[in-house]
Amino acid sequence: METLYLVLIDPFVQMVQAPDFFLQVLWEGFVSGVLYALIALGFVLIFKASGVLNFAQGIMVVFAALSLVGLTALGVPALLSLVLCIGIMFVLAVGVERMVLRPLVNQPDIILFMATIGLTYFLIGLGELIFGGEPKTMVTEQLLLPTGSSDLDVMGGFLILQHIDIAAAVIAIVMVAALGFFFSKTRIGRALRAVADDHQAALSVGISLNQIWVIVWFAAGIVALVTGIMWGARSDVSFALQIVAFKALPVIILGGLTSIPGAIVGGLVIGIGEKLGEIYWGPLVGGGIESWLAYIIALAFLLVRPQGLFGERIIERI
Amino acid sequence: MTSTRTALAGMAIAAVAFTGLATPAAQAQDGELFIPLLTYRTGPFAGSGIPIADGMRDYLTMLNERDGGIGGVKIRVEECETGYNTQKGVECYESTKSQNPLIYNPYSTGITLQLIPKASVDQIPVLSMAYGLSAAADGKLFPWVFNPPDTYWDGASAAIKYIAQQEGGDLSNLKGKKIGYIFLDAGYGREPIPLLEQFAKDYGFTLTQYPVPADQMQNQSSQWLNVRRDRPDYMIMWGWGAMNPTAVKEAAKIRYPMDKFIGVWWSGGEDDARPAGDGAKGFKTLNFNGVGQDFPAIQDIITHVVDKDLSQVSDTSRVGENLYNRGVMNSFLMAEAIRTAQEMTGKTVIDATDMRAGMENLDITAERLKEAGMEGFMAPLKLSCEDHSGENDVYVQQWDGETWQKVSDWFAPMKDVVRPMLVKAAEEYVASNQPWPERKEPCN
Repeated sequence: METLYLVLIDPFVQMVQAPDFFLQVLWEGFVSGVLYALIALGFVLIFKASGVLNFAQGIMVVFAALSLVGLTALGVPALLSLVLCIGIMFVLAVGVERMVLRPLVNQPDIILFMATIGLTYFLIGLGELIFGGEPKTMVTEQLLLPTGSSDLDVMGGFLILQHIDIAAAVIAIVMVAALGFFFSKTRIGRALRAVADDHQAALSVGISLNQIWVIVWFAAGIVALVTGIMWGARSDVSFALQIVAFKALPVIILGGLTSIPGAIVGGLVIGIGEKLGEIYWGPLVGGGIESWLAYIIALAFLLVRPQGLFGERIIERI
Repeated sequence: MTSTRTALAGMAIAAVAFTGLATPAAQAQDGELFIPLLTYRTGPFAGSGIPIADGMRDYLTMLNERDGGIGGVKIRVEECETGYNTQKGVECYESTKSQNPLIYNPYSTGITLQLIPKASVDQIPVLSMAYGLSAAADGKLFPWVFNPPDTYWDGASAAIKYIAQQEGGDLSNLKGKKIGYIFLDAGYGREPIPLLEQFAKDYGFTLTQYPVPADQMQNQSSQWLNVRRDRPDYMIMWGWGAMNPTAVKEAAKIRYPMDKFIGVWWSGGEDDARPAGDGAKGFKTLNFNGVGQDFPAIQDIITHVVDKDLSQVSDTSRVGENLYNRGVMNSFLMAEAIRTAQEMTGKTVIDATDMRAGMENLDITAERLKEAGMEGFMAPLKLSCEDHSGENDVYVQQWDGETWQKVSDWFAPMKDVVRPMLVKAAEEYVASNQPWPERKEPCN
């Protein structure tokens, strides 16, 4: 009976008794969710265009952030470094298309997936060779991003809002809107969707697969750069960041591999869900449940919608 | 396209051929002292691993450059990258043990736990300097394992003792207090939990645990939200690698009073506190080695190694940082054990068995520290047949926003309480790992 009370009643009593803290948990979950969504977006963009789950998305986040910090450390102004990093991500996109994707065209998806694993280890080695393994501090202020925090008096308590978290949320929303517009309203976006639906049909109407791949990997690179800046500002820039990127996996399981809105909603559901779970139910089992709770949430949703929240329902007649 | 593929294939073959030529299997050579260093300069824990690797390597290189080795015999150092991965660490051990290594430094509690049963079988000592299995301090049952100057249980007892000092000095003042324990959810972080739980019962404080899984090291907001809700009077941290700077930032974010946040000695790197900026001011950690360059031995490293471009440090200013000096101390202990073994055996080229005896008979006095250019760098240390740890004095350092400042005197851990617990834990370990070899090594 006591166990039932602790599981079913007590967490909600805690939420009501300390509403300011409950709001803080929701806010932290929202910020985490936005950041998960950003990472998931990188996976989704590439999967949409090439049907490949890009294992290298995590290391792209690290590589982009390290490039930015590394260039700044060399004396390049931070904003110029940011521009140069965008250039680096473009060069990376062209390189991946020329040296990884193009030679493997028409190969089974698993081969392309394996190639992205190879790309991961290549980027880890290259990153360590150029920048070393030491953690770096993100150049938050030089990038004109806000620092510090504000307190809001709410419901008899207070809510701490980190300015960088607010900026992360705003930037993520703008980025998602821009990507949504780009891929739904522009000619290139329509071409991308055509490629996603059927490579051969897209080729037959004159769409350049190679060009689309470069564009998509470049877009994923920019998403990785933004993600790296935001995560780097919250902790530091180190190779450990690539582990965080795998938090996107339950997000894309939940949201669907091909849906940009799915990545966003999935990110928020996972972000808020895992925070509520860890804070209110985690102590019952000794804590530390966050890393697997995300997968439980995703799997629970899949029981109801196997194609994910926004994934396409595919029916094949046999 | 064909030519590009041919060129790439050619480059790949050339790379393989070059790698084969460039890394000839190193073999044991007569007239050398071989020390393999299990290090990690890559991966999520590289931030902590790099300065330690640099310090260990540079001190041994300095001895080679300044003195021509130890007792006239050159030291051969070979690093093996573990990435803080237990499996890779064991591979490093297996791939180098045939080269007559004198001793292993796993630099990971996970790897140490794997090497402990191998040590007595292969007869190669393991030095887990202030990490690894605390119970291995019992030299009667673990003759091949050494964990000076302190075990994790000593560290936990020192943290509790320091907190009691802050509360007026008496351990009874801990009654009714709440102490939070945030830790890397791995063998390392879990190691002091039995002692902390026992202390919670004995001294009447509440212990709340906040495990941080390795994949959540940079994503600790949940743990710190729990801290904000629970409001512990003090926080103790057992963090490593990327976990440390994130924890310090998150603590600052929830406005936890930093002077009540105390890390173990592995949470006290400059890169652990620096990223949090002013928010980290006041953060404290335990320590057992000196910080800074104001030691003759460190100056010798700069002169004979760094200035000659023989070091891998990215910047001379990093020489003297806390974890760099930790690595120096680790190599100093090994070098002193080699000297001791040379004196005991009368041989200059010693083997692992001699090294074990040298470790067991380590007696680093204040005079010896001064002679070695390490005066004030560490507390004098004496090991014995029974005591492979020393349970030495530690001190508390505090981050002032720029550097670590020593804010306490050297003080002893709660040896009288910890020692019986260590002995009991050692007996339990042996009982659950039968058949365990009986000690046959003589006490010199």
